Amino acid sequence: MQIYLPIAEVSVNAFLLLGVGGIVGILSGMFGVGGGFLITPLLFFIGIPPVVAVATGANQVVASSVSGVLAHWRRRTVDLPMGLVLLAGGMIGSGLGIFVFNILRRLGQVDLLVQLSYVVFLGVVGILMFQESLRALLRARGPRKPVKRHVHLWVHRLPLKMKFRVSGLYISVIPPAVVGLLVGFLAAIMGVGGGFIMVPAMIYLLGMPTKVVVGTSLFQIIFVTGFTTVMHATTNYSVDMLLALLLILGGVVGAQMGTWIGLRLKAEQLRILLAIVVLVVAGKIALDLLLRPAELYSISVAGRP
Amino acid sequence: MRWALVILALALPVPAQTVAQERVVAGLSRSNVAITANFDGSNILVFGAVRREAPIPEGAPLEVLITVQGPDRPVTVRRKAWRFGIWVNTDAIDVPRAPSFYAVATTAPIEQVISAEENRRFRVTVPEAIGPVLPDGSDPGGAAAEPSGGADDDETQEFLAALLRIQTRAGRYRLAEAGVDFEEATLFRSEFSLPANLTEGIYRTRIFLTRDGQVVDVLVKDISVNKVGLERWLFNLAHRQPLAYGLLSLALAVFAGWGASTLVRYWRQ
Repeated sequence: MQIYLPIAEVSVNAFLLLGVGGIVGILSGMFGVGGGFLITPLLFFIGIPPVVAVATGANQVVASSVSGVLAHWRRRTVDLPMGLVLLAGGMIGSGLGIFVFNILRRLGQVDLLVQLSYVVFLGVVGILMFQESLRALLRARGPRKPVKRHVHLWVHRLPLKMKFRVSGLYISVIPPAVVGLLVGFLAAIMGVGGGFIMVPAMIYLLGMPTKVVVGTSLFQIIFVTGFTTVMHATTNYSVDMLLALLLILGGVVGAQMGTWIGLRLKAEQLRILLAIVVLVVAGKIALDLLLRPAELYSISVAGRP
Repeated sequence: MRWALVILALALPVPAQTVAQERVVAGLSRSNVAITANFDGSNILVFGAVRREAPIPEGAPLEVLITVQGPDRPVTVRRKAWRFGIWVNTDAIDVPRAPSFYAVATTAPIEQVISAEENRRFRVTVPEAIGPVLPDGSDPGGAAAEPSGGADDDETQEFLAALLRIQTRAGRYRLAEAGVDFEEATLFRSEFSLPANLTEGIYRTRIFLTRDGQVVDVLVKDISVNKVGLERWLFNLAHRQPLAYGLLSLALAVFAGWGASTLVRYWRQ
């Protein structure tokens, strides 16, 4: 069934869009990533103009994140105070990010910057996470060594300590606020929610338990992507509501399935799967940059009415 | 007074001079295309006849050429090059106006139907239709000037060839030689299929009668393509009330997320 999208001005198969939304929703529910890093390239591939894909992707991520957060909320795996601290940092970060993005757009080559940051960040995060979770998986199989529960780093000596009961942490608010700021900044430049950076940062930098990380990450993604959606709608008129609706229908169902799957997998397995997905996407974008394209020329419609 | 008339007659374009000989009358199967949510393309039938006040002139046969042209848009053509080990966009040209859709149908191979000069004059084929036009945007008439962009001539031609190639592959630019049925040098018909990925606007249909590569008569008919219903409403809202539209999109997303979550919970119980 073909459907004509009023803002994108293309006609696409409705079931294809439902499917894309569904796949991204499953990942979102499983890993606590918004799926922006996946949905944007997928929409390009279908033939949606990039501006519309980025903006509408953000809108879809809002829906799947809300769906995911509610599922996690009922299982008490959302650390609300932590989410708010991250969010506060994230808002400042994305404000800075949008500012820098606009400067770079005036200089040209913003596409390249986005692609390169995808490759670098997805690649680094993917490799680190893959190594770590593989080690954890192997350790779980072998004879169990005693694991040190509380590693005291410099992070723990900072002032402004706060209790995060759901995460079982008593740490300063500075590290999560800084993490939020950095992620918000990158997210604005790359046009994604930033879950794939946020999730490992929460696990490895803040030492939060994986199960809490997912819900908390989704919680703050709602606000970051919601902000992005409204920004795009008011500046570029590039949010396609019909496209969003179809992606959302697929996405919310997928998110529920994803949450259900996620709760049945071990934390290490979950992390290794996310690492693989991240690496595949990074690899695909890297190949696009490295291999000679079949068509060297590309066209873009400059001024849409 | 008589002199004034002679001057006026000389000043008029070619078709007017041969007006008494052969004229084209034509109609379209539809002059409106409505883009609805389930729009997946549309067919337009162009049909007509040649009206004569005198017997068919001797010499080369009469030919028919029909063009359908979608609204023009400014387009940027970019080229990738190998820099620092990766493929990046390096050069680009801006084409101030390129049709979003362009289909040409003829009764015979294009070179036989219309001469190069007439082609340029009436901007018949795609390469002629691309590029800047008179400042007032009028059409047809005037030779295709080089698009601005600064690159030298050969470079610019390469970019334009790429534009043509990409759009032809995407089905946006078409050339159907022998795409017009022409009977008894009088009745003609041709069918155009408009793609599903249609841009809104006026689609100008021109019907040319040619003989010996010279244009004998032209008739212009417009097809208006508009979004209707939900498509129209969403498009207008997005452009006229962007903040409300953005917030509505957001509300929709939040509601859908909440709805799905709640539904799944009830389902489980």
